[in-house]
Amino acid sequence: MLEIKGLKVKLEEEDKQILKGVDLSIDAGSVHAIMGPNGSGKSTLSYVLSGKDGYEVTGGSASLDGHDLLDLDPEERAAIGLFLAFQYPVEIPGVGNMTFLRTAVNAQRKARGQEEISAGDFLKEVRARAKSLKIDADMLKRPVNVGFSGGEKKRNEILQMAMLEPKMCVLDETDSGLDVDAMKLVAEGVNALRSEGRSFLVITHYQRLLDHIKPDVVHIMADGRIVKTGGPELALEVENNGYADILAEVV
Amino acid sequence: MALAKLKADTTEARLEGVTLPGAAAWSNAARADALARVRQMGLPTRRDEYWKYTDPTSLTVPTAPEAALFDNDEGPLFDAVDRIRIVFVDGVFDPDASDDLSGEGLEISRLADAMATDIHWAKDLYGVLEARGQNPVDRALAALNTATATDGVVIRVTGKASKPVNLIYLHRDVASDAVLHNVIKVEAGAEMTLLETGPAAARFSKLLEVDVADGGRFHHVRAQGRDHERRAVTHGFARIGEESTFKSFTLTFNGVLTRNECVLEIVGDNATAHVAGVCVGDGTDFHHDDTVFITHDAVNCESRQVFKKVLRNGATGVFQGKILVKEGAQKTDGYQISQSLLLDDDSQFLAKPELEIYADDVACSHGSTSGAIDEDALFYLRSRGVPEKAATSLLTLAFLAEALEEIEDEGLAEELRDRLESWLQRHSS
Repeated sequence: MLEIKGLKVKLEEEDKQILKGVDLSIDAGSVHAIMGPNGSGKSTLSYVLSGKDGYEVTGGSASLDGHDLLDLDPEERAAIGLFLAFQYPVEIPGVGNMTFLRTAVNAQRKARGQEEISAGDFLKEVRARAKSLKIDADMLKRPVNVGFSGGEKKRNEILQMAMLEPKMCVLDETDSGLDVDAMKLVAEGVNALRSEGRSFLVITHYQRLLDHIKPDVVHIMADGRIVKTGGPELALEVENNGYADILAEVV
Repeated sequence: MALAKLKADTTEARLEGVTLPGAAAWSNAARADALARVRQMGLPTRRDEYWKYTDPTSLTVPTAPEAALFDNDEGPLFDAVDRIRIVFVDGVFDPDASDDLSGEGLEISRLADAMATDIHWAKDLYGVLEARGQNPVDRALAALNTATATDGVVIRVTGKASKPVNLIYLHRDVASDAVLHNVIKVEAGAEMTLLETGPAAARFSKLLEVDVADGGRFHHVRAQGRDHERRAVTHGFARIGEESTFKSFTLTFNGVLTRNECVLEIVGDNATAHVAGVCVGDGTDFHHDDTVFITHDAVNCESRQVFKKVLRNGATGVFQGKILVKEGAQKTDGYQISQSLLLDDDSQFLAKPELEIYADDVACSHGSTSGAIDEDALFYLRSRGVPEKAATSLLTLAFLAEALEEIEDEGLAEELRDRLESWLQRHSS
């Protein structure tokens, strides 16, 4: 589903190479995790995949179901099924959460040549999805993420993911800033969306999120490269011994 | 050239050949007094402090610069609203296009008819509120309007008006130079909504005097249209009584020059005065100026100024806003915000927020900002599949929301929001 080959990325504004040749292949229906120390390039990878400004691709490729991602605008990437759950969801004063969701859902449907969802059907679906994420009616009415707690923001990301039904979900440190209960809730939301046709790339510092969202494959990223790939046991190794051992081994 | 001489020359050039319309004695006196005020103050020039950011030359020259007519195929505003329509074409009342000048809770007449009557309530307001508003700042163009206005309406509100009154200003002549003066007296406990729509003329001077008696409510929603080349100077003078409400909102599209002055005097306790505006401008020849002066001269009153501007392709926006809290006006709650969204580096926003406070138990705040579209928010929306133009438009409307929320009637607000959305779509790069 997602094919990344030799991806090299530098910052647009300064001559600083962040990704130094990332290779990653994710099959439909599987869950991959990327772990790694601060500054290894994990978040950059998620931003480059979703099309954020400020980065320059200097080599390699990234495609989703055969579409060249790097050639598309962010909204086009979303329409072919890419979704990024932000580490820091953005507050948008003046735009109601509900308006935002419906605009996004309909924009994607339009881009795919589908009919817009009716207001009634949309409302029904949002309410059902929101309920299972313990998002109350008030949160749906408030401006996007404004005044939301850290946990509410992350649950709101998962609600968007549920409503948009993407094929490829990238979760950028979705566990950061969450207490255990909030993390469980978010993980349950993600697990409920797991299906044969949907893949996940879970970016995290810590193994504990992976207790709840069980990955098929775990990658370790360091200094702009994936340096080690293994099964779920690799995450446990990190948890027990830190990154130092693995990185030493690689060097 | 000394400023005084420059002003005197500008004034005499403008007044040359001007004859005041004659009618009943009171109106002749009001016009003559106003003309004396014009001569005493002198018309504004760029060198006046109050006109530092806006060049008044095209408003003071004897002949109005021409302005082409534009049509964007949009239907008339507020067409679905049940209202009393009073139509002016290039500043001249059009009885055929207008509804009957009557409505429940309203006494409406043409300014000329009121002025032909020896004893008329308008005598106590025409030019009177304007003259009160000349202190501490000269507003000579307002006095010129009082002296020379050729048409307008006077409305006495005696109860709760059953329908809004819509003054519709049509522009058909590329060289029209219109001067309208409207007077409204809201009696104690009475209530009305005034709508004003349209580009009016190539050059438009419009003055509105509103007296809101105790417990009265006055709502004002105005949309200054459409024509890119038109020029306008408008003044609103209001005297606001005890426990009364005054709320005014203005939406401005386009225009080479628009100067909207709003001068509110709160004279009764526990009163509320809100004035808000949105303007959207595209191009180096767009210039919009909101100048507001609110005087608190009573206890426990609230005032709000909420002004938002969207400027692109070198457009210029100006805000001069002042809250004056007089001695003894305790428990004043004054709020002022002026913000511009600059959609490119060429546009500019010039702001002069002022507070002058002589009471010690007041809460006054003001803020003024200019900024670009929030790139993080834009990317967030796009990452959810919302195309860039639609996302920009959504964020722009969100930026404008606080000002639009000042319109109490949701139907009117919705209609203006739709117009804004179409404008933003037409003017997206």
